[in-house]
Amino acid sequence: MKSDIILAGVGGQGILSIAAAIGLAAVKENLYIKQAEVHGMSQRGGDVQSNLRISDKPIASDLIPAGKATLILSVEPMESLRYLPLLSENGWLVTNSTPFNNITDYPSTESIIAEIKKVKNHIIIDADAIAKEAGSSRASNIVMLGAASPFLDMPFESIEDGIRQLFGRKGADVVETNLKALRAGRAYTEKNS
Amino acid sequence: MEKQLLLGDEALAQGAIDAGLSGVYAYPGTPSTEIMEYVQGSKLAAERNIHRKWSANEKTAMEAAIGMSYAGKRAMVCFKHVGLNVAADAFVNAAVTGVNGGLVVVSADDPSMHSSQNEQDSRFYAKFAMIPILEPSNQQEAYDMAYIAFELSEQLNVPIMIRITTRLAHSRADVVRKAMKQQNEVKLPSDPRQFVLLPAIARRNYKKLLLGQAAMELEAEKSPFNQYIEGANKKMGIITTGIAFNYLMENYPDRVCPYPVLKITQYPLPQKLVSKIYNECDELLILEEGAPVVEEMIRGFLNLGKPVHGRLNGLLPRDGELNPNLVAKSLGMSYYEGNAIPEIVKNRPPSLCQGCGHRDVYADLNEALKEYGTGRVFADIGCYTLGALPPFNAINTTVDMGASITMAKGAADAGLVPAVAVIGDSTFTHSGMTGLLDAVLENAPITVIISDNSTTGMTGGQDSSALGKILEICKGIGVDPEHIHVTTPLHKNHEENVALIKKELAYQGVSVIIPQRECIQTFARRKREEKKNA
Ligand SMILES: Cc1ncc(C[n+]2csc(CCOP(=O)(O)OP(=O)(O)O)c2C)c(N)n1
Ligand code: SF4
Repeated sequence: MKSDIILAGVGGQGILSIAAAIGLAAVKENLYIKQAEVHGMSQRGGDVQSNLRISDKPIASDLIPAGKATLILSVEPMESLRYLPLLSENGWLVTNSTPFNNITDYPSTESIIAEIKKVKNHIIIDADAIAKEAGSSRASNIVMLGAASPFLDMPFESIEDGIRQLFGRKGADVVETNLKALRAGRAYTEKNS
Repeated sequence: MEKQLLLGDEALAQGAIDAGLSGVYAYPGTPSTEIMEYVQGSKLAAERNIHRKWSANEKTAMEAAIGMSYAGKRAMVCFKHVGLNVAADAFVNAAVTGVNGGLVVVSADDPSMHSSQNEQDSRFYAKFAMIPILEPSNQQEAYDMAYIAFELSEQLNVPIMIRITTRLAHSRADVVRKAMKQQNEVKLPSDPRQFVLLPAIARRNYKKLLLGQAAMELEAEKSPFNQYIEGANKKMGIITTGIAFNYLMENYPDRVCPYPVLKITQYPLPQKLVSKIYNECDELLILEEGAPVVEEMIRGFLNLGKPVHGRLNGLLPRDGELNPNLVAKSLGMSYYEGNAIPEIVKNRPPSLCQGCGHRDVYADLNEALKEYGTGRVFADIGCYTLGALPPFNAINTTVDMGASITMAKGAADAGLVPAVAVIGDSTFTHSGMTGLLDAVLENAPITVIISDNSTTGMTGGQDSSALGKILEICKGIGVDPEHIHVTTPLHKNHEENVALIKKELAYQGVSVIIPQRECIQTFARRKREEKKNA
């Protein structure tokens, strides 16, 4: 078992909560993990990424080599494209469709979507809308995790457990909302892939 | 014990706590910040009453740690690589005093300058001070090395440097802990003059340090952290340091490299092991994160020996981080390169948060400076450095922490009047205060703007030593109170603030303007915590 995941987004969008949920699931499955994060300057609205590697064998590098990522999980559409050199031939690109536009030369939505559609395996999902339906617009990252979950090579139950652990401190309501968001994301991918 | 998922920084912190640490001294700086933050968040550290407050700067941190070592206890200092420049005087001399309680200096390098103004390699400093370095290759080693470093320091009677780089500092992996050790008791040095560096004593101590080199090398020679891994193909021998080992092994899915590999994680370089790989192999490839420190040593100035490949002969880039692909290329291996980044993808540089007070400060300053023209704003290091980018384009220099005030003074001395300094609150108490004294002593015609957001914003909002003290400090240093002003950087105060800056720009002496408004990120976090604790 081996998943090499690029989590992508913009500083402040909170991709690390996705990483934490997957990490907890992987620990439960007794798998090896390495997760390289970006702290510092880029967190002020710059592009950020996390390299998350999970395997049943010890992992050497903290960074995913070019062409080896099995999944790009992006919470922002333009950012999903920044890491294409890392995606493997059969890897999946799963991205939120809502742009985060904090630069003056942000490309048109159509051009971004057109580029994403050139990638063999891709899922484009309006995670913000689905999160709202699930009861919390703040859960869009967890919708994204749900949408990417079929490509994670891990039992869905373990990911659900990861969510329970991650949000447990915040109370049963928050856990339920996030589980709902997770399942809604997964359902979307199951219907659209 | 059960496994924990820890950042390299956190693994170091936990290893030090478990090793009987009594105090950690640090000033924030990416990628080292999370070491102190982990200790501050640790219940165990609180129970054991481990010192864990931020210092005003890296030099004060280093000196306090030397003091704790003098008193017999184990102390750790943490900073980013450029922090070591600030602490260097104390650091180098601590090698001459030697230690009493174990003293460990963690310097976190940032090759590729993700969040830094240079990519200097801290190993040069350790070599300069003639002390051992531990350079972990993974999170478990980071833990294990912090765990043994204090004893090694006490045994060899020198501070130990632990050198890490960004990728290890900020990457998480499983770590297994060891049994907890007791803290040392307070105990004076057996030689009461050990720490008195009068020339006569310093000469004696220095000879001891020189004599001690052999013992340090012996430790590296027999260290379980340094490994010689046999390989059948002797055409090439590979020396890796720190995390470069991982990038090498990533290219061999079964983790077997056909060439002999010498994995270095403890210095000084073990000469026997290096000779062995040199003698056994036709050529050498040196893989190290950062500067070609080891490569240069082995190659030698005249490069008369066997071919040595690496960053110096262009097989690897001279600057920047390594990665598995660069290493693959250096070995002549090919790989699937993936698809190119589409052209429509634009750069997304970091920027000041919407609503940040620094934004208003720059809007005010730009307006006030219009009549004088551009090129006279000397800034410093912090979130406000982002004022260099559009739409503000407001600052002209950023060199090192504290340089705003002193450079403005130098430029004013040269005749560039008015000259403006822009500095943050934490940077001001880090190393702006002494420069302000220089300016006051000569009544230099500069306007100093201390943009006070009541936090250390850039590194994630740590407590600022300046909190609530800036006004009194400026008065105490001798700035004329008539020319010290506290303002509120808000859009509604724009005109009033512009007028005030204009007035002070025209004044032929030192003025200080302190725009004061809390960082909105720190504010939001404070509110969340207040709610949680309510
Ligand atoms: C010698 C040195 N130490 C630490 C750092 C890391 N560093 C960069 S900016 C900064 C914080 C500055 O805080 P402040 O001056 O209050 O400005 P703010 O970011 O809050 O606007 C720190 C600690 C550095 N660049 N150089
Ligand atoms: S973190 Fe604080 S100081 Fe830094 S840009 Fe954001 S609001 Fe401004």
